[in-house]
Amino acid sequence: MTETVNVSGSLRRRLTLTLIGGAAVLAVVLFAVVRLYAAQIAQQGQDSILSASVTSMLDAAVLRDGAVVVDFPYAALSMLSTTSDDRVFYAILQDQTLLSGYKHLSPPNGSFPTTGTFMAETPDGALIRVASDSRTLVGADTRTVITVFVAQTQEALQVTLNDISRRVALFGAGFFCLSALLSFWASASTITPIRRLTSSIARRGPQDLSPVASPVPSEMVSLVESLNRLMGRLDKALSQSEEFIAEAAHRVRTPLATVRSHAEAMLHRVDRDENRKALRAMVRAIDESSRAAGQLLDHAMITFRTDHLEREELNLTDLLQELVQRLTPVAEMKDISLLVENTEPVLVSADAILLQNAIRNLIDNALKYSPMESEITIRVSASPTPTIEIWDQGAGFPPDQIANLSSRFSRGDNAKGIIGSGLGLAIAQDVAEAHGGALKLSNLPGGGACVTFSL
Amino acid sequence: MKFLLIEDNFDLAQAICSRMKQDGHVVDHAARLQDAFAYSETGEYDLILLDIMLPDGDGRSFLKRHRAGKKDTPVIVLTARSQVSDRISMLDLGADDYVTKPFDHEELQARCRAVLRRKSGTAQTTVRLGNIAFDPVAGSLIVDGVAITLRNRELRLLELLINSPGQVFPKHKLFDRLFSYDEDVSENAIEVYIGRLRKHLDPSSLRITTLRGLGYRLDYD
Repeated sequence: MTETVNVSGSLRRRLTLTLIGGAAVLAVVLFAVVRLYAAQIAQQGQDSILSASVTSMLDAAVLRDGAVVVDFPYAALSMLSTTSDDRVFYAILQDQTLLSGYKHLSPPNGSFPTTGTFMAETPDGALIRVASDSRTLVGADTRTVITVFVAQTQEALQVTLNDISRRVALFGAGFFCLSALLSFWASASTITPIRRLTSSIARRGPQDLSPVASPVPSEMVSLVESLNRLMGRLDKALSQSEEFIAEAAHRVRTPLATVRSHAEAMLHRVDRDENRKALRAMVRAIDESSRAAGQLLDHAMITFRTDHLEREELNLTDLLQELVQRLTPVAEMKDISLLVENTEPVLVSADAILLQNAIRNLIDNALKYSPMESEITIRVSASPTPTIEIWDQGAGFPPDQIANLSSRFSRGDNAKGIIGSGLGLAIAQDVAEAHGGALKLSNLPGGGACVTFSL
Repeated sequence: MKFLLIEDNFDLAQAICSRMKQDGHVVDHAARLQDAFAYSETGEYDLILLDIMLPDGDGRSFLKRHRAGKKDTPVIVLTARSQVSDRISMLDLGADDYVTKPFDHEELQARCRAVLRRKSGTAQTTVRLGNIAFDPVAGSLIVDGVAITLRNRELRLLELLINSPGQVFPKHKLFDRLFSYDEDVSENAIEVYIGRLRKHLDPSSLRITTLRGLGYRLDYD
């Protein structure tokens, strides 16, 4: 019955991975954007200080008597001091000629722009940020162009940037962790209705093919609708086949009953020995076929039910008393007493229909193999496991066949002349095993069979 | 006793009726649900035998209406369905017992007796003959005011004989009625039961006479 399902991936895992992956990408993008923005702002800060420094130097340059005089504003450089010992360079050029400062800021070809800010490199390889500006000084008869470069290394900026990066990275990681948790929660809560539907279907008994009535999310409506339609069809097919079996049984058993009744009535009217023998054989054959048909149907039903036990809490003693009451008229016909020892309740969780069938078969067997005017003793006990023992005073099981008797259609050598299909013990054994128990056959030391049915 | 048999199969109903009459019972036969309602509402019966599948309805609806009408006439269901769940639902609906077709008449009789015994007081079945009072349903034999316990087979044998005092019963006829078809015993087993019955009846005015080669006869003074 249980076929393995072809599994391809997991919805939950797929959903979780998608959400976590999205969160990771978002965290990285967030980190990159914030870091870029921070770098821009830091750079703007450095640029404005450098520009202010350049401007204050240009302001300090005047033309005096045709010569350029710069009253060097030390504050212009000190405003550039940082905690990270950044180096500061300057250069003042008059008409492309270095007046004062760092010569590398005034390359001979004058390749640096004379206004604005830009990146450059010192000969020792350090990156520097340079700001420059020019001003035309006009004297009595001279015009000269003064260009000022101020540059600063970027160590402090780098330190600040690294600090910001670390914070942003921490923030990104936190965001990621939170999103990962949220995505686990989200995928779990998305799966919940599927779980609920699954368990509500799995909990059903074998006969329950009613449509799913509990509310489901809109995305699952079409699935549940198809499921309901499938169960509807199955229910119809099952009830049709059940009706068919019932109808077939009716069609077969009713004429058999007619034949049997007539044969029995006839038997009371005829006197010749051979006629009576023939009629008796006829009745026996009818009994045999109807019993076999009944047990085959029961066996089919039991095979079906053992796959899906409908367990319920029940009292084994009550069940046994009911069965004994039902079988007493049959026992009395042979003057056999059915004795039930122990009337204490024995509570078990089991399938009532299966138990009834199994135990009825066992008592039936005992009745068939018991001599007239004997006793059948039935004992129920609760420990160590719920057990029913049935002892009779018959001939017992043939010792060499005792191991095989509970297999299907096998009957003991001593069964000759007794109507039976060989399915009774097999049914009882199947039922015991379906409940996790066992059926044990043994012979009593003083003669008689003992069947132990445990759950 | 008076029976109502509800069974749509005419042949089977005939066979059951003739068998019941052999045992001295009165049987009314209804083939359809409508007739069954008419019979059960107008007549008084000791026991109803009910087939489940009927042409104009389900025997279960008869059971429901019968029980709803506060009638306590016991009902034994004759069913062709052998599945356990069906049998259980029949008992749940208020049937007192059931037999699965094809059934043994002796078993049906035994079940009828058991059901009537459980619902004691519904049937007056005591037979008085000479100085004995015998109730086959309750299983009691009172000889000269002294109660005697009979085994089931002794009881059935006495019932057979007492229903037709003076009639000769061949040994094999008694054997057929007392022993089931799968019992491996010889016809001579009857002698044992005749012997026991004679012992029980010793203080009474009833005598079981052996007619050599013919059978047994119950006589009373």
